[in-house]
Amino acid sequence: MKPRPKSPGWNVLGLLPAQLIMLLTLIIPVGIIVLVSFSTRGPYGGFDFVFTTAPYKQILFNEGWTGELEFNPQYLIVVGRTLVLSLVTTAICTVLSFPVAYFISLQRASVKMMLIYLVTLPFWVSMIVRVYSWIIILGNDGVIAKALRALGLVDNMGSLLFTDTAMLVGLVYSYIPLMILPVFASIEKLDSALVEASHDLYGSRLTTLRRVILPLCKPGMMAGAILVFVPCLGAVLEPTLLGGGKTMMMGNLIQLQFGAARNWPLGAAISIVLMSAVLIFLMWRGLQAVRREGREGDV
Amino acid sequence: MDMNCSLQQKKAVEIKGVSKAFGTYQALKPVTFDIYENEFFTLLGPSGCGKTTLLRMIAGFEQPSTGEISLRGSNIQGQPPHRRRVNTVFQSYALFPHMTLEQNVAFGLENLGWAKDKREARVADMLRLVHMDKLAARKPQQLSGGQRQRIALARALAPEPEVLLLDEPLSALDLKLRQAMRDELRTLQRQTGITFVFVTHDQEEALDMSDRICVLGDGEIQQLGTPADVYEEPSNRFVADFIGETNFLDAEVISVDSERATVSIPFGMTLSVPHKGAVAGGKAVMSIRPEKINLPSQDGQISVDGTIVSANYLGGYTHYVVETGGTQLRVSKRNSVSRDRMLEIGRPITVSFAAESPRVLGA
Repeated sequence: MKPRPKSPGWNVLGLLPAQLIMLLTLIIPVGIIVLVSFSTRGPYGGFDFVFTTAPYKQILFNEGWTGELEFNPQYLIVVGRTLVLSLVTTAICTVLSFPVAYFISLQRASVKMMLIYLVTLPFWVSMIVRVYSWIIILGNDGVIAKALRALGLVDNMGSLLFTDTAMLVGLVYSYIPLMILPVFASIEKLDSALVEASHDLYGSRLTTLRRVILPLCKPGMMAGAILVFVPCLGAVLEPTLLGGGKTMMMGNLIQLQFGAARNWPLGAAISIVLMSAVLIFLMWRGLQAVRREGREGDV
Repeated sequence: MDMNCSLQQKKAVEIKGVSKAFGTYQALKPVTFDIYENEFFTLLGPSGCGKTTLLRMIAGFEQPSTGEISLRGSNIQGQPPHRRRVNTVFQSYALFPHMTLEQNVAFGLENLGWAKDKREARVADMLRLVHMDKLAARKPQQLSGGQRQRIALARALAPEPEVLLLDEPLSALDLKLRQAMRDELRTLQRQTGITFVFVTHDQEEALDMSDRICVLGDGEIQQLGTPADVYEEPSNRFVADFIGETNFLDAEVISVDSERATVSIPFGMTLSVPHKGAVAGGKAVMSIRPEKINLPSQDGQISVDGTIVSANYLGGYTHYVVETGGTQLRVSKRNSVSRDRMLEIGRPITVSFAAESPRVLGA
């Protein structure tokens, strides 16, 4: 008897709960944001739905009294700073996480579990509390400043807090577990015979690391890079608390528009631009991966 | 000593009192032997006998607990694997998945600092040697098991190692391919003249390919000799049992001289047979191979009456089990005549063997 080809029919209904959740928590909110981004700014915040593309223009231009557009780089600078900080954060996380992950992978199974647990431990504490604690460390009367003064190394150093560096420290600290975990997973997956084969074929430790271990861990690093880079783009807490609101990133720029600046449509427009950039980046990565699979899959 | 012999005796690897313990577990008791140049040398034994541990110590992946290993006369103790002029063919092949076949084969040469043109010529030669030159630009995951095996061989042979180590390289292949690869390996060894140290648990593979076999069991050397030595003159029960099939007979040793022992066997007769380490007055185990028992019996041989209790047709051979008054004898009969009639179960029969065939083993 030939099995009857299954038509999707009513089975599709089984997906309904998931579809409902996606609709309620993703499609509708994003739709609202798109709507707001094409609306006119309300007098006391909020928005009036009168179609306009003005919010998108505002990202790049100031509107003069007579309606002429004047180029205004202030938001572009924020975008640029966000990109640079996110990229640097991703790079630092990659470099720092590899030795950590490698060290963990060398331990006994029980120790390994314990160390992985410790890596994820910060997630159990509120992000605000964790980022706030860096104020205590980096501040004028903070641990570092006091220690340096006590040692007589520095008389009166400038504040560590409220700088790009402080933001960077906060970002690396916040997101590095997201890098360590996938890198650890890829090291664990690595066949130890490949490392032995490299040594056997006259590869020194350095050669083995460079030509065998790192290339084989690249997928894990790429996954980690996306996990770190993307949330960095939208980071709010680190720039607000450690950047002191003086140096902005896109995340707190958006927050500002919805809050104090009362310019919801502009905030929405910046959100959409940020979201589109992330989507395009991820789709590009995805396509690359699919193409690579296609190339290597055929026999 | 003639010229040929002295050439043969040049030592490629010397194992001197090498042992290995993992914690309290003694994986290998101290062993001492030499592996000669241009030899196909096999370490044969069941899993857990220490054969792979020994191979890994020669490669440098494990350090011996005691003893030392020399390569072409120089002690390589403490040298890391990448300084030893030995290469390994891994059981899982361990080809680098992110490199093409060409890059895989070139890897060792690059690390040794070969010039580009010399390197490329060598890689091309090696790929041709294993009949893989047309697929040079492929990646390992696009290959079949047999092809991966060949690339692993080419990669390990490319840097011209002093000794090639092979860790059960055929165990992942299917039967037909395994047979073909045996011949190919043997040919490759003769062509390249490189010393092969081959690890396997498959006694048939060992007999087929080796110049000499070292039989390991329980972390000790059980016997070291040519395939014919270990099959025909097993030094103890372990070797006789592990290599090929055999019949064990309990015997009592009546008297012993330097080469032969007089023993009494269960069939109520005494025999004068070659022996290794039998003691007069003691108990002994006698081994006789199934194919050395004739059925039906031949004149001028020692004959025993019995009954056939089972018969298995195996194509080229038929295996019978013959009950002979409390002792069951396994008999292997070549089916040399086309559609030879099988002997039915329950039939009384007389079997025979030459007085030279049985071997007396220590108890």
